[in-house]
Amino acid sequence: MTTLPTSTAKKLGLVIDLDTCVGCHACVISCKGWNTENYGAPLSDQDPYGENPTGTFLNRVHSYEIQPPDLGQGAAPAQLVHFPKSCLHCEDAPCVTVCPTGASYKRVEDGIVLVNEQDCIGCGLCAWACPYGAREMDAEAKVMKKCTLCVDRIYNENLPERDREPACVRTCPSNARHFGDFADPDSNVSKLTAERGGMDLMPEMGTKPVNKYLPPRVKDRDRSQDVDILAPFLEPIATETTGFLGWLDKALESMPGSSKGNTKGGSN
Amino acid sequence: MHPAPSVILFSTLSGLGFGLLAFLGLGIPAPTGWVAFVFFAIAYLLAVGGLIASTFHLGHPERALKAFSQWRSSWLSREGICAVAALIIMAIYGAGLVFFGTRWGVLGVIGAALSVGTVFTTAMIYTQMKTVPRWHNFTTPAMFLTICIAGGALLAGQIPLAMPLLVLAGAAQIAHWVLGDTALARSGTTIATATGLGARGEVRAFEPPHTGTNYLLKEFVYVIGRKHALKLRIIAILLMVALPLVLLLLSHSHILAGLAVISHLIGVSAARWLFFAEAEHVVGLYYGKR
Repeated sequence: MTTLPTSTAKKLGLVIDLDTCVGCHACVISCKGWNTENYGAPLSDQDPYGENPTGTFLNRVHSYEIQPPDLGQGAAPAQLVHFPKSCLHCEDAPCVTVCPTGASYKRVEDGIVLVNEQDCIGCGLCAWACPYGAREMDAEAKVMKKCTLCVDRIYNENLPERDREPACVRTCPSNARHFGDFADPDSNVSKLTAERGGMDLMPEMGTKPVNKYLPPRVKDRDRSQDVDILAPFLEPIATETTGFLGWLDKALESMPGSSKGNTKGGSN
Repeated sequence: MHPAPSVILFSTLSGLGFGLLAFLGLGIPAPTGWVAFVFFAIAYLLAVGGLIASTFHLGHPERALKAFSQWRSSWLSREGICAVAALIIMAIYGAGLVFFGTRWGVLGVIGAALSVGTVFTTAMIYTQMKTVPRWHNFTTPAMFLTICIAGGALLAGQIPLAMPLLVLAGAAQIAHWVLGDTALARSGTTIATATGLGARGEVRAFEPPHTGTNYLLKEFVYVIGRKHALKLRIIAILLMVALPLVLLLLSHSHILAGLAVISHLIGVSAARWLFFAEAEHVVGLYYGKR
């Protein structure tokens, strides 16, 4: 059924902390590894060692530069933000309702959005409907692939308990990714979202994403205008050149074709 | 959006085929015998040919039957059902005209409604896409429907009807272009809302996730040919509307009418290529490509 459930018992999802992500792409690799070796069609690569390699990824890390506005005292330095992006498991998932076969669905029990690969005809319409680029058609299997929130890990009793979380979360070396139930107000992810002002991506699309992003903290102080205490001692002592260099400067200055501004004081 | 030839071929040919079926269903004209056979053969070749072309872009066409199941939520599913229902009803209606020389009027009207309905559902597949602001407005179904009806009138040989309908189709197509050009800006979706970082300052895509390309960039961030968009628009509207009108005004001969149909078809194909190639999917914002 591609109609969406009116509510789900749990709302499993991720909190991604843009403040601590270091952009190492470890989540990208662990995701690709787990989801190639386990559930569903493997995530294929095309021309992997050739000149134009491409492949299917369920998680990709972008990097953005933020240039703060100039508020009259000179602009603060630009900030670099690493930005991992995967399926947000939206409450109002547009990718699910457009599916003509019922292959795409949102689970009533935990809200995970999945694709039944046996029913997928590979029309690509769900990827059109997703504003986040979370779905990718696998060029080899010709079915739509997307983040499963590692549904084959989080309930997997063959794994040690500490491994029962999505591969990206388990592998993140800077603890930038957190997994939990957003329906529970006391869960780690709900608390983090409340404390740090967790935000939605493209809220105007009305998709109601479950995954939240924690904005990078504002830099505690703008150091761009700071003056080093040693600076007064480093001022040049002689501003006018004298002696031979001074004579050379003036001589060169008086030659035709020299521009006055450039040569002044720059004789050596 | 990537302008897939299969989808352009489908929407152009089957739009024209279903347009002709709609006129045949309404009894404008109501031929019998061999003449009816030729009319229906042309309509079915276009409609079914287009539908077959559309299955070429599927990853697993052998599972296509499953696509009839989700009519409650999916416009693509509704399109499939509408198309098959239209083709079956019109086949029975056509058999009456061809073999029995009788016109079962009610059946024809139902078939005509389903034929136009098919084109409407096709249009709604695009119109529903909030992610493509250029498509997400009323001009998309208006453009698809008016072009379908104008083309149908042209093929059905209804010259006095076809001329004003062609002008109407041209107006709808131009409205789609004009409104579409500012749609992304008006939608309010920018790299600032996409990343949620807009309050901090100006956001710029610094580095893409991979050095190479990927499915998303190929499918949604098609930018080739945009620089020729205005020229192509002029060519499309001239071939789709202006040249057919001139040919129809010159004389009512079959040869000129045939040329008018061919010119119209090429014009519509060009317009449909632009429909995809110019459409900006918001996912491009994440790649700094808008």
